[in-house]
Amino acid sequence: MAYALQQLINGVALGMIYGLIAVGYTMVYGIIGMINFAHGDIFMVGAFVALITIVLLLSGGIMEGPGAIMLVLLVSMCVTALYGWTVERVAYRPLRGSFRLAPLISAIGMSIVLQNYVQVAQGARVKPLEPIVPGGFTVLTEGTFVVQVSWMQLVIVLVTLAVLAVFTWLVTRTALGRSMRACEQDRRMAQLLGINTDRVISITFVIGASLAAVAGMMYLLRYGVIDFYIGFLAGVKAFTAAVLGGIGSLPGAVLGGLLIGLIETFWSAYFSVAYKDVATFAILAIVLIFMPTGLLGRAEVEKV
Amino acid sequence: MFNRRVLLGATGAAALSAPSLVQAQSGPIRVASVGPMTGQYAAFGTQLRIGAEAAVADLNAAGGVMGRQLALEIGDDACDPRQAVSVANQLASRRVRFIAGHFCSGSSIPARDVYAEEGVLMMSPASTNPRFTEEGKWNTFRVCGRDDQQGQVAGTHIARQMGDQRVAILHDNSAYGRGLAEETKKAMNAAGKQEEIFAAYTPGERDYNAIVSRLQAANIQVLYIGGYHTESGLILRQARERGLNLTLIGGDALVTNEFWQIAGPAGEGTLMTFASDPRRRPTAAEVVARFRARNVDPEGYVLYTYAALQIWAAAMARTNADDPRRIAATLKSGGPWQSVLGPISFTDKGDPTEPDYVFYRWNNGAYAEIS
Repeated sequence: MAYALQQLINGVALGMIYGLIAVGYTMVYGIIGMINFAHGDIFMVGAFVALITIVLLLSGGIMEGPGAIMLVLLVSMCVTALYGWTVERVAYRPLRGSFRLAPLISAIGMSIVLQNYVQVAQGARVKPLEPIVPGGFTVLTEGTFVVQVSWMQLVIVLVTLAVLAVFTWLVTRTALGRSMRACEQDRRMAQLLGINTDRVISITFVIGASLAAVAGMMYLLRYGVIDFYIGFLAGVKAFTAAVLGGIGSLPGAVLGGLLIGLIETFWSAYFSVAYKDVATFAILAIVLIFMPTGLLGRAEVEKV
Repeated sequence: MFNRRVLLGATGAAALSAPSLVQAQSGPIRVASVGPMTGQYAAFGTQLRIGAEAAVADLNAAGGVMGRQLALEIGDDACDPRQAVSVANQLASRRVRFIAGHFCSGSSIPARDVYAEEGVLMMSPASTNPRFTEEGKWNTFRVCGRDDQQGQVAGTHIARQMGDQRVAILHDNSAYGRGLAEETKKAMNAAGKQEEIFAAYTPGERDYNAIVSRLQAANIQVLYIGGYHTESGLILRQARERGLNLTLIGGDALVTNEFWQIAGPAGEGTLMTFASDPRRRPTAAEVVARFRARNVDPEGYVLYTYAALQIWAAAMARTNADDPRRIAATLKSGGPWQSVLGPISFTDKGDPTEPDYVFYRWNNGAYAEIS
């Protein structure tokens, strides 16, 4: 019982990080119907910006308390958002109106560019960071087995839920959100009605990138080791999460991430660790057979 | 029309390749060191590169081999078997005569077949999987030991010294990691000790909490990992965060200071098997002093890579011919060869005749041999 509870905690914390990255995939897909394959690498850039900021603050001797962490988060979000905006501007906007696969290829190219850029600029070796937020609290003890939640796990879950709440509010209740939904439904019509669709799309990319930066920083603080390649694996998992939850749906992305984190963790906990990815993708395949639009996705209505 | 174009192309190719053939006979002899220069295990690639650069510089300063200078190329296989094959093909087509590499066993084994076909000799400073030299290829040598020997040392140590503790064995499913874990398990079981868990993990991930909780539930006290330093360091770090007090025992893939950077204070007391410290051998004193003067610590596989090039150069000079097959025969029959690692002779398979594995302990950011 205690063992299952501990694995549940592990799984939720892992799944929330996947979910946070998946939100970026799902928002971009919702608005322009393309998979932004560079999103995983934007996440990696976010982690690196956070690392550089932390190292600067540490050398200045002012890396203390929640204030410093908020500062790191802010810097990382701003810088990474700039990357997101630039990527859209350079790689996707010129191809808008081109055939459907063009931006997809461009996205894969952008992903390679970002990876190699960071590799050249920061070196190919792994970058370790000492634990910034150590410790945690004990939930319950059963025999010799202690169920623990680390502070970082708690922070990850709370931040993801807060971010989800803020952005759900943004999309459903604000003027910007209304423009985003309008673009999603019919971009040309939205343009005719006076919405600056280019600007809305840019803002979507900026939001997606800053969420990736949040995820990148959580990842850095939780695991403490990053390299230029982390975006690939995390990106694949998050993309899978977005598809499982129903691509285009915000709560779906977090739900999908959560499920994938839980499946991976529980499969590793009770069956063979080596086959956890097989389990994850088998479940994805089964879900997609019975629910082709994912768990919370809406069927696309073909306009005639 | 079609035929003429092919003919033209062929003539063009011949014209282009002819000068390079002539050049290859008289110009510098190309040698290469190949390892993970990028990616997760780049720390080891760096060790190979600085070892090879120093060896080539020293050999050239002493007049080269058979009166010809050496030109060093660096190959990057990122520890990926597929990339290893494509790098091997590239190097072979550039008429490289000798490879000091690769690093990962999983890369050395597929690359070996390419080199064997193309007539290239290779001597790995680090690939310890037995299969590397077991499968009857003429061109394979290594200056390090083998995992059946390494596993024997680790397995019997666990069974004898830690017989009353609960043991788990994990591996990363790579040729190196899995092979080493299986050899250790075999030796340990033969000495009468059973493990509680034998499982694989996925390399390249960051979250190993599921495995850590599993170790915790099974009350594991000793953890043996067949795998590289990044994952070993992370698993240990996450175990320590959860308050687990276990002793990690690893193989020779932990011999880099990067292990400590990743594991942090959790790495205290970690044991690993490696050959007795090459930096302390009297034959290495002069080379080590020169490295230290440049502020480089010749840790891990630096001196092994140096020795591989040194031994090959000596064998080529003695054979007095640029024929890899004859050099291979000389290497096997002509030992012992003097090197920074001390005298080394080779078996018919290409393994060193006297491998030695001892235990090291990590303490406060450095590792030292324990008696």
